[in-house]
Amino acid sequence: MSVPLLTVLGRMTLAFLEAIGSVSAFAFHAIRQAVQPPWYRQQILRQIMEIGYYSLPVVGLTAIFTGMVLALQSYTGFARFSAESAIPNVVVVSLTRELGPVLAGLMVAGRVGAAMAAEIGTMRVTEQIDALTTLSTDPFKYLVVPRLIAGIITLPVLVLVADIIGILGGFLVGVYKLDFNDAAYLRNTLDFLQFQDVFSGLVKAAVFGFLITLMGCYHGYTSKGGAQGVGMATTNAVVSASILILTFNYFITEAFFAR
Amino acid sequence: MASPKISLHGVTKAFGPKKVLQGIDLEIAAGESMVVIGGSGTGKSVLLKCILGLMEPNAGSIQVDGEETTDLGRHERARVMRKFGVLFQGGALFDSLRVWENVAFGPIQSDGMPVDEAREVAAAKLGAVGLGPEIGELFPSELSGGMQKRVALARAIAREPEIIFFDEPTTGLDPIMADVINDLIVKCVHDLGATAISITHDMASARKIGHRVGMLHEGKLIWQGPVGEIDRSGNAHVDQFIHGRAEGPIRMQVRKL
Repeated sequence: MSVPLLTVLGRMTLAFLEAIGSVSAFAFHAIRQAVQPPWYRQQILRQIMEIGYYSLPVVGLTAIFTGMVLALQSYTGFARFSAESAIPNVVVVSLTRELGPVLAGLMVAGRVGAAMAAEIGTMRVTEQIDALTTLSTDPFKYLVVPRLIAGIITLPVLVLVADIIGILGGFLVGVYKLDFNDAAYLRNTLDFLQFQDVFSGLVKAAVFGFLITLMGCYHGYTSKGGAQGVGMATTNAVVSASILILTFNYFITEAFFAR
Repeated sequence: MASPKISLHGVTKAFGPKKVLQGIDLEIAAGESMVVIGGSGTGKSVLLKCILGLMEPNAGSIQVDGEETTDLGRHERARVMRKFGVLFQGGALFDSLRVWENVAFGPIQSDGMPVDEAREVAAAKLGAVGLGPEIGELFPSELSGGMQKRVALARAIAREPEIIFFDEPTTGLDPIMADVINDLIVKCVHDLGATAISITHDMASARKIGHRVGMLHEGKLIWQGPVGEIDRSGNAHVDQFIHGRAEGPIRMQVRKL
């Protein structure tokens, strides 16, 4: 009874390690290609629009409601200890350090990671990637590298916007629902905010941008079969990117703030 | 035969225990149109992908203009690719690009041609396959299957390649459109003076576009000769295939219901 269990565990471990090796090799190759010309600037700009501009509504909505809920929830807790004045501090630190980058990352993973895996996966199964090679164009440089560069550049900008919108959400609830003085709320927010809070969030965003685009490209590029393979690639891209975002979030937080 | 444009010696390719190509020897002269026929799953597409460098053979030699291509690096591969044009089975048009951008892709991205000039080239190549310039503004998804094949052919000849591959060029087309595509292939190959390799199971297409025919069966080239001799090949496999008979030495692996 225990032997089949061990066999299954062994197979799962081997498959997991093989997947890590495969993704690492893909990432290493991508980074090496990213620092060598040619760079397809049109493709990079197009991806910046896809990842950044078109994600603004969903990220903005997520951020504003998160900031609003954060202010409300903090109030219900802090009011018991007469510590309502800490609400702006909690909102700004939570958003810039954690919720801004993580929620924006998860939203972009769902929207962009899935789309990338589907697009590249479809190109794979319809021989469009082979066609690129026969047209003397390296598909890795043309498809993967621009997405990675765009992800690393764009996510920090998106997160900065999400931070501002989220703080605005907290401000609106604080001032118009919880009767904070608007100037005092803003002063508390700015007084408590430190450069490291924003910087750590932006570093996280750049790493998340890399992870989301890497997973989208990897699963699309290595997809097999027809529609089923593309569907599986899409699901895997979103799930793996989301798990990696949460995992790396812990390690980056520890690197910045652990004592 | 003069120095061959393409030569294969002992090319083998296996996927795990499945041996797809088992020692292919083939020579194709410059300007010759070679057609490889064979049933589904006999290794035709794998053979084509090995020559193109999209797959690496397990053993054997593939030479283009006398240059060994099985061990080329990325830059050398891109240089050799400059000699090739490929018409893929499904067209493989880039669906995010307009038709003219598809045709002009190679000249712009790989040859560095200015966009305006490449657009004129695209219009000329679309004209060569019987499509007007207005088609250039459409996306591939807006075209019929036959028109997509024409656009794919225009893209394949846009860089005026020395060697053109046709992967099942008439699959999925009605007989009339298939004949139109065959005529276009013959015309384009003749006008460019290119060497052509086609894989197909469409015998009408093979007879029309080929100078020479080879038959692939179970990973081996079991017969090759001039297209005019295919009806008297003396090979039972070839006879069965060209007449499309269920009975014969080729047994289809069909599970009983």
